[in-house]
Amino acid sequence: MVQQQAALLKPETLIEEFRKNGVTHIVTIPDSETNYLYELMKEQPWLDIVPTSREGETFAIALGLNVGGKVPVCVIQNTGMMESGDSIRGMAIDAAFPLVMLIGYRGWNRRGVITDSAARYTETFLNAMGINYYLVEHDDDAPRISVAFEESKKNNRPVAVLVGDEYHGFNRV
Amino acid sequence: MFDSADMFRAFQAHRGKAIVLVTGTSGRDWGEISTDKDRDLSLQGAMGQTNSASLGFALSQPDEKVVLFDSEGSLQMNLGVLATVAGKKPKNFFHFLMDNECYATTGGQPVPNASEINYAGMAREAGYAATFEFDNLEEFTNNIENIMKEEGPVFVAMKMIPKIENEPIGRRVRKPQRSRAETITAVRAELGITA
Repeated sequence: MVQQQAALLKPETLIEEFRKNGVTHIVTIPDSETNYLYELMKEQPWLDIVPTSREGETFAIALGLNVGGKVPVCVIQNTGMMESGDSIRGMAIDAAFPLVMLIGYRGWNRRGVITDSAARYTETFLNAMGINYYLVEHDDDAPRISVAFEESKKNNRPVAVLVGDEYHGFNRV
Repeated sequence: MFDSADMFRAFQAHRGKAIVLVTGTSGRDWGEISTDKDRDLSLQGAMGQTNSASLGFALSQPDEKVVLFDSEGSLQMNLGVLATVAGKKPKNFFHFLMDNECYATTGGQPVPNASEINYAGMAREAGYAATFEFDNLEEFTNNIENIMKEEGPVFVAMKMIPKIENEPIGRRVRKPQRSRAETITAVRAELGITA
């Protein structure tokens, strides 16, 4: 049980990665499994939350923030990412600026059969868009988030972080 | 309805130092009327998303007035932005809507419920701080000075004469426009923003 708890991806870990990488704004549509992260983000005085109405907006707002000298991160679910195809194309990739997109990997699991089409098409979608991605499942994976930030800065491109265990650890049970 | 070029001339007189963004066919008139091109920013590039990008810029520069001339076709593709804007309450954001009731660039087909929809009503109920509606140039000209003194987010719905394009895209003559990247570089230099 102790080992299981230690293996969790803690929201505090993500907050620390955001702080370490100079993030100023989180542009987001929360989902039920990220509520604790959302509450924690709201408590950070150095972090401004921009709640949006549709995921496509997050990439456009992120572009505007970047033009104004800020460091945004888009926090959405994989379903919303797929809905955002034209916005990712025109407002993120074509605009050529560093952007980390933190994507809740709904339906993904390490064991067994993936039955949720949201999970089945997530990596296919990212590959089609030419967006590199890193999977994080627990706190030990946190350095990958900094790698994503560095890569997005180096290449002026969006890089995705797939959160495979949306902060609760259920997917590994 | 009134002409977008006439509307832009009336606005230009009261622009001050505002950062201005445009979209849609009506927006193309702005390039020849603007007298401060270093403060003209283009954040077009995805369907219906220029308004959200403009909001992002307004949030990043709260001490600068940011004026967006949106189109109704664009807004209909991204209506949720009204709630997104109202939720963040940017005091520096002025959201003008050039409503020509049609997709002028594809031949003039009407947008859904073109003549009956009430965009200013939507913005008001979404929570914009102030909303206005104009269907003639005289009234707009008489009010624009005071509108620019309002605290945002402000929404201004205007009925524009459509400038319908029927030529196939390959045969259309385009006015030269600066690229998105060029305007970003210019605005950053103007405001001293380091990326």
